[in-house]
Amino acid sequence: MLFFSYFKDLVGKEVTVELKNDLAIRGTLHSVDQYLNIKLENTRVVDQDKYPHMLSVRNCFIRGSVVRYVQLPTEGVDIDLLHDATRREARGG
Amino acid sequence: MATGGPGLESLVDQQISVITNDGRNIVGVLKGFDQATNIILDESHERVFSTKEGVQQLVLGLYIIRGDNISVVGELDEELDSNLDLSKLRAHPLKPVIH
Repeated sequence: MLFFSYFKDLVGKEVTVELKNDLAIRGTLHSVDQYLNIKLENTRVVDQDKYPHMLSVRNCFIRGSVVRYVQLPTEGVDIDLLHDATRREARGG
Repeated sequence: MATGGPGLESLVDQQISVITNDGRNIVGVLKGFDQATNIILDESHERVFSTKEGVQQLVLGLYIIRGDNISVVGELDEELDSNLDLSKLRAHPLKPVIH
């Protein structure tokens, strides 16, 4: 639940999602759900010459199970707050 | 939920482009979906990318894709898509997903 809440706070920010097939998609975070499925708007594939497969796609839904990394904007991360929250969750509440 | 979550409701009856875990690209009209991202696609076709020739289109018809096998569901922008010359697009097929 922690990362679900965390991603909900990032809605509206620009992120890059790297998938487990090496495709990287950049766009504005539109929404997230409990599975960490992600919807991006104004998307572009990072290496369009190598991956022209999504040239006519501007909005997309990414299944949470295929996400490898999400690159976040620096200003979207409060490291101290995240540290505290993850420790609290690890302790069990 | 505040944002309503990233559902596929808004894409029903629209042209979508699905990337599957084995790297295939299937385009069709979204007719239905469920919690597990299982998808019903009507009038679907596969777009086969290769480096030797332009994109080939294979007619598939009515298809159900199991959610487990779906990576990305993209909303196809019809204007962008009609300006795309598929016969000139060359690329390696997408790699399969490795979990």
